[in-house]
Amino acid sequence: QEILDMSTYPVESIRNFSIIAHVDHGKSTLADRLLEITGTISKTDRNKQVLDKLQVERERGITVKAQSASLFYNHEGINYLLNLIDTPGHVDFSYEVSRSLSACQGVILVVDANEGIQAQTVANFYLAFEAQLSIIPVINKIDLKNADPERVEKQIEKLFDIPTDECIRVSAKQGTNVEKVLQKVIEKIPPPQYNTADPLKALVFDSTFDHYRGVIANIALFGGEIAKGQKIVSAHTQKRYEVNEVGILTPNEQPTHKLYAGQVGYLIAGMKEVTEAQIGDTLFLYKQPVEPLPGFKSAKPMVFAGMYPIDQTEYNNLKSALERLTLNDSSVTVHRDSSLALGAGWRLGFLGLLHMEVFNQRLEQEYNMSVILTAPTVPYKAVLSSAKLIKEYGKDQITIINPAQFPDKLSVSEYLEPTVLGTIVTPHEYIGKIITLCQDRRAVQKDMLYIDENRVMLKYLFPLNEIVVDFYDALKSLSSGYASFDYEDAGYQSADLIKMDILLNGNPVEELATIIHKDKAHAAGKLLCERLKETIPRQLFEIAIQAAIGKKIIARETLKAYRKNVVAKCYGGDITRRMKLLKRQAEGKRLMRKIGNVEVPRDAFIRVLKRETGK
Amino acid sequence: WPYCRKRCSYCSFNTYVVPAVDEAALRACLVREAQTLLRLSQVHSVTSVFFGGGTPSLASPSTVAAVLEAVAGAAHLPDGAEVTLEANPSSTSTSRLAGFRAAGVNRLSIGVQSLDDAELRMLGREHTAAEAQKAVEVARGLFPGRTSIDLLFGLPRQSWDAWAQQLEAALRLCDDHISLYQLTLERGTALAAQVHGGALPAPSQDLLADMYQIARTVLVAAGFRHYEVSNFARKGALSTHNLSYWRADQYIGVGPGAHGRFMLWGEGGWSREARVQTLEPVAWMREVRSQGHGTRSRVVLSLLEQLEELLTLGLRTDEGITHERWGHFSPQLSLQAMFGEPGEAWALQQEGWLVLDSGGLRCTWAGLAVLDSLLPDLLWQLQR
Repeated sequence: QEILDMSTYPVESIRNFSIIAHVDHGKSTLADRLLEITGTISKTDRNKQVLDKLQVERERGITVKAQSASLFYNHEGINYLLNLIDTPGHVDFSYEVSRSLSACQGVILVVDANEGIQAQTVANFYLAFEAQLSIIPVINKIDLKNADPERVEKQIEKLFDIPTDECIRVSAKQGTNVEKVLQKVIEKIPPPQYNTADPLKALVFDSTFDHYRGVIANIALFGGEIAKGQKIVSAHTQKRYEVNEVGILTPNEQPTHKLYAGQVGYLIAGMKEVTEAQIGDTLFLYKQPVEPLPGFKSAKPMVFAGMYPIDQTEYNNLKSALERLTLNDSSVTVHRDSSLALGAGWRLGFLGLLHMEVFNQRLEQEYNMSVILTAPTVPYKAVLSSAKLIKEYGKDQITIINPAQFPDKLSVSEYLEPTVLGTIVTPHEYIGKIITLCQDRRAVQKDMLYIDENRVMLKYLFPLNEIVVDFYDALKSLSSGYASFDYEDAGYQSADLIKMDILLNGNPVEELATIIHKDKAHAAGKLLCERLKETIPRQLFEIAIQAAIGKKIIARETLKAYRKNVVAKCYGGDITRRMKLLKRQAEGKRLMRKIGNVEVPRDAFIRVLKRETGK
Repeated sequence: WPYCRKRCSYCSFNTYVVPAVDEAALRACLVREAQTLLRLSQVHSVTSVFFGGGTPSLASPSTVAAVLEAVAGAAHLPDGAEVTLEANPSSTSTSRLAGFRAAGVNRLSIGVQSLDDAELRMLGREHTAAEAQKAVEVARGLFPGRTSIDLLFGLPRQSWDAWAQQLEAALRLCDDHISLYQLTLERGTALAAQVHGGALPAPSQDLLADMYQIARTVLVAAGFRHYEVSNFARKGALSTHNLSYWRADQYIGVGPGAHGRFMLWGEGGWSREARVQTLEPVAWMREVRSQGHGTRSRVVLSLLEQLEELLTLGLRTDEGITHERWGHFSPQLSLQAMFGEPGEAWALQQEGWLVLDSGGLRCTWAGLAVLDSLLPDLLWQLQR
């Protein structure tokens, strides 16, 4: 394989840009077309989502991991190096998007000609705007019957203050006008203002783990140059490495002699874990430290879920699958956890619901593991007032992930819950229902604005736990799919939290305790009691299923006793079959959790604890 | 007899509906297999014979006679041994039944199932209530004190009142033995499909419990002894044959799909085997012709397995498991040692479901109705 010489591309001939858009507006398809036009990939029918390498990305039509591709394009006699950075489209990954953008000088903002501006169009626009990038609006899917590019251009003008004549109307699918986009990129997006004479300063905007070659970090050079053999240091970990290989992505790895300031590519330097090349980190030469690039953040999980193997015998398999999957995803936090009902497992932290779903799907598809995912929880906080507890924890404010850790009201001066600022964009006919839904979720309206004659943008402050379970689905369902949703971390707020216990014949079931807001306790308790009534098998005595806060019972269901349970016929032919069944039941008894004298099969816990699928 | 004229909507037995039956061939194979297995098992004396199926009353009396002759030829079949034939009301004409009696049958079990015509149609039966009534009368004439009727309860849409009325009607009609079965919806049957699909309602658990309770109460008040979960007899008319199942005696199964439990002498001494004959009649006949018997599977039962069966079956009877019977299988470890110490059985006794005394181990009146909730615990205790 030929090794490229990147020195023939001076900084003035380089354009670094990203494509940003709302989910499904066609950014990956546009990327496919750009790759084709520049000859980076050959034009065939099979080019679909070329940059989406993960199976889960291809199936769900989303981009999860950022990929970059270096395109070569000749325009008016000059050979340009165009570095395209494909970003994750989803709100959960806004941090990744912001890091990718910091490596760019401009973006292509893709908007669907029929759907128009959606929640993430707005969110991504602001990210680009705040980063002071040039923005090229592209209106896509003009080939479809319901396309109304004129309307969308007006929305863009109204909301983003970009004149309508700057918009380019394309059909990424058919390739219409796509070449014009490339030309605009060259004309409108400024070249990077970096100097190869400066000391090396490289941003890590993504990394992947390869079993043979180790960590491959995607980098953008903000100064200097980098080549094989050089010694570099990570600003975050302060660890030192020797560079084995540098190159560009076309979109496959293509080694080069060097990479220069303003260029984008990859680097392999003997790192063994992706945590050594975290997104947002800065790399510099040994003995030539630089000011680290701003904006580096360690991943902050927003949603937690318990993960348990279906059977305890699978524990080790799941353990190694988790280790390998997190090799490539440093934003998942992993803590060991155990449940009396489900055995030994983990509590994982994700950036959001999509992150969790994608992770779970990858676990199934790439590692063939089926797991029990318990309902997502959020990290609550408590400000302690008890001197004893403060001493025990070593601080006066603690984070509570597990209900068992919930400190009593008497020891706490304030409970806090995480909140997010949510943006909803919806056609106006659904406003009423959506407002009701948000109020139902204890959200407070912060803004409401018409973005055109038909559509409204609403901003609400939500407690995070009110949206992690099924808010998105409810929103989609009552707006027939037309409303879109995006959210960002908005810190903590004071909250009236309580711990709700579940009792069976008066005995508490530890693993079913939940932390919940006082206003929601009754409804949740009732639902839980009903579900338990359906899943716990009848026994020889009556079972009282209760939800309680402290000593106060807030909901109750009764499971009546068995009065008849004996098989009618048992003659010669039936006996063997009968014995098999009974012995299986006897075996099953061993796996039962006994709460007082109530036998609860593992399956009942699973059905009550697990996350609703499809949500 | 593995054949029926049609399959009832609730039936999941090993039975076949064919256009024509080669009775001669089947008879020859039944005879051959009976002889072979009797010889193999080295059984000296046969205490009872049961003709089941399928619809055994569709066979001709000569087949019954031939089988009985074969049994008598290979072992001692005492004159008074109970010989039962299962019959469908639609094949019980006086002449037919008389023929069976002449062939050696001395007890008849009639599949009445229901005394309500609408229910009979839902069950897919071939007869009406009136026809069933007639059949029972004929049978009682020929087999006085030795006629049994089968009844089902807990049918979809069956009300409490309807059942109470049927009980009264059944009492007026019956002889001295009644088998009362709660309808079980077996997977794969037409009736189960109808209920699961929602075409028919499933009866509530509480209603079923009530129906069973009233049946027990009414029958006992009428002089019946509730001697097994589903079986009632008065004036001593218990089914000897079925009792041997529940006492874990030895029995030989002859014919397609028949089950057996008998002792064979082998290297380790005597071992009790669980046997099943090949299910499909054509295949079975082929095997019988070539090897003398069509045994599909033979499994030696370990001591634990034997005790498990004894426990599961014995507790279904009002007598339960006597100390002697238990001792026959487990001379070392007595019932008392096994279940008398603190443990699951002890707890169940405290709660009033079981009794362990000089008479043995058995269920209480209440315990019998929920036996299947008690057994897993007891089996677990037994295993330990």
